[in-house]
Amino acid sequence: MTYSGNSSGPLFAEGGAGALRLLAYLMVAVILMVADFRGGYLQQLRGWLSLLNEPLYRIASSPAVAASALRDAMVGRQNLAADRDALRSELLVAQAQLGRLDAVQRENERLRQLMGGTRGLRLQVQLASLADIDLDPFRHRIVLDRGGRAGVRTGLAIIDGSGLVGQVTQVTPMRANAILISDPSHAVPVQVQRSGLRTIAFGTGELNRLVIPNIPQSADIRVGDLLITSGMGGGFPAGLLVAHITRLQPDETRLFGLAEARPVAALDRSGEVLLVWDQPADALDEMGPPALPEPPTESPKLPADATPIDEAAVDDRGPSQ
Amino acid sequence: MSRLRPTPGLFAVSVVASLLLGLMPLPAALLAAKPYWIALVLIYWLLEAPDRAGLGTAFLIGLAADVVFGTLIGEQALRLTIIAFLVLRFRARLRFFPLSQQAVAVFALLLNDRVVTLGIRAFSGEGLPPLTFWLAPVVGTLLWPWLFLLLDGLRLRLRVRDL
Repeated sequence: MTYSGNSSGPLFAEGGAGALRLLAYLMVAVILMVADFRGGYLQQLRGWLSLLNEPLYRIASSPAVAASALRDAMVGRQNLAADRDALRSELLVAQAQLGRLDAVQRENERLRQLMGGTRGLRLQVQLASLADIDLDPFRHRIVLDRGGRAGVRTGLAIIDGSGLVGQVTQVTPMRANAILISDPSHAVPVQVQRSGLRTIAFGTGELNRLVIPNIPQSADIRVGDLLITSGMGGGFPAGLLVAHITRLQPDETRLFGLAEARPVAALDRSGEVLLVWDQPADALDEMGPPALPEPPTESPKLPADATPIDEAAVDDRGPSQ
Repeated sequence: MSRLRPTPGLFAVSVVASLLLGLMPLPAALLAAKPYWIALVLIYWLLEAPDRAGLGTAFLIGLAADVVFGTLIGEQALRLTIIAFLVLRFRARLRFFPLSQQAVAVFALLLNDRVVTLGIRAFSGEGLPPLTFWLAPVVGTLLWPWLFLLLDGLRLRLRVRDL
């Protein structure tokens, strides 16, 4: 073989990639993306293929699982005892608060009946764990270990012990993907708890910051105010804690205000989360705080381990689905 | 090097390993620095064994990665196909670069990939990522020589054992 010296020679032709083939592949990729984005036509396909993910997810999360198991094994008796004592006192406080809540709830119920019986919504929760894998640090997505088989469906709100975490975006039989409220493409309708001002909180791509743009200058909002979900739009149940305001400033136009808020939930790796969905309360007398686990028979769609927690925190604006 | 015995096992194992490395959880401080492992491994195979890996392979690996990482189906397929095309285009030159120079070329490829990613995400309505988004190509570049030497060493060892 002689060296041909230009780019059309065998040296370059070997394994060469034609621009035409590139274009063809790019076209196919773009069509797939559009189909996935617009129509969700590929949801079914994704569901099947995701079963193949299972072993990969298992292996990828095994170091983290092993590490936490090791930590559990190494932690001493004393620490465990201290933890137990702390939890016990927390439980006491929580129970005391629940007792008070119970009274408030009954009062709320009576008032509702007086006002003509707008029925509250019942919140159902189910426990799920985050899988110890990291999809993409810039997209604020998480993977849960419950999927369609456990009754999870797209759009469910996710909370942890302190507040709103995100919502479910994709469901496969074994897993569910969710988007965090801090994702730059996520927005949640909120309400200032103190003044009732309704607005929208957008994610920023940083785990500890949300922004609330376009606040009118006359609006009643202050640093330190708590934001709760307003239930507008039907995406989230009303009354879940979201964030507290950390900073207020005028925006570029100086006509509106711009607020920054810090999510109350621990968005960076909270190990366990609750999936929440609301459901019209069918029978008023069955309402109540989470004292006893109710049998799941009243709601055939729900999985067996779902327990009702709260129903009356939802006001009339919360759309019933 | 491409005259070496083909090592199908190593190819598959390295691709799966790169998927796993991508999924691996890291401490929050290091998260942004996670390099695009799949692209690094793919670049190696495109350089060293173009009869094994081509545009089609890159596309299929990308589809698999899309399903695993929950991105839009086709996103990573598009990104990897573009990388594969560029590598194959300049393969004859890249192969004879010293490792340091090759790393610079890999940096350019990864940076280009970041721009493509940004474009796709902007189109699908996701906002601008923070500045640390641009850290991953740098880390990938720093890792490239070691990855290259590792995979080369493994291939050589496998071949020696088989002879």
